[in-house]
Amino acid sequence: MKATIAGLLAGLLFGAGLVVSRMTDPAVVLAFLDVAGAWNPALLGVMAGAASTFGLFYWIATRRGRAVLVPALRVPRERPLDARLFVGTALFGAGWGLAGLCPGPALTTLAAGTPATLAFVAAMVAGIALSGAIAQRAERRAVSQSDSPT
Amino acid sequence: MINAVIGGVMIGVASGLVFLLLGRMAGVTGIVAGAWPAPNRWWTWRAAFLAGLVIAGAIGRLVSPASVPGLSTPFALAAAAGLLAGFGARYGGGCTSGHGVCGVGRLSRRSIVGCATFMIVAMIVVFVARHGGAAS
Repeated sequence: MKATIAGLLAGLLFGAGLVVSRMTDPAVVLAFLDVAGAWNPALLGVMAGAASTFGLFYWIATRRGRAVLVPALRVPRERPLDARLFVGTALFGAGWGLAGLCPGPALTTLAAGTPATLAFVAAMVAGIALSGAIAQRAERRAVSQSDSPT
Repeated sequence: MINAVIGGVMIGVASGLVFLLLGRMAGVTGIVAGAWPAPNRWWTWRAAFLAGLVIAGAIGRLVSPASVPGLSTPFALAAAAGLLAGFGARYGGGCTSGHGVCGVGRLSRRSIVGCATFMIVAMIVVFVARHGGAAS
């Protein structure tokens, strides 16, 4: 129960931060990405504020050695720079550059209810599911290959 | 810019609380991927987080409609963009929140490189879309 409430509060604060910083307005995001045009550096300020603040919490939590509501701190393994990273982030960047929206702001702007917003979110969820299914298939195939005697 | 930094700090606090309280990374793509029931999946906090995003946006739209305009691109373009963004983010291990905020914030080399990659690609896409067709 506490975890669910914590999740809800974090989501509310995260969404509020997106609105306050206007990351929910595609025009503001695209203005940052439009380096050859009327450039708006605001997104850099958002990233700087967000990353540094998260870094502080990260440092506090890892020094503690455990989370507050559960024992384990789950940090992603530092995997090598592989094709998957470059292909994935490139595809993501393409989608982001086409619409000026990414997952967080897209969900936060669902309330605007425009058909394009709904299309983006639906396709985004489908893309997330598709990627997950492909990864699962690859894992299963890898296991069956290693079991093969030849 | 000041509202950008303030909003950014709010995002950082929210992400930081997810890690400090729940021990998990606050990458929205990963949260979406895990937000419904499955065996051995801690889905409840994730679903609540997404609900929080949507509710915050609804309130934000009431308070300041101009801040939450929604997407107004053609439908097919919006769908294509969403598909690329969703698939790419999951495949590449994160999006602006996962790599850009949490990954960069904890100085992960993989995230710094990933973030740089999606920013550069996005900038190229916008350049082509806005300036590529110009006769010069």
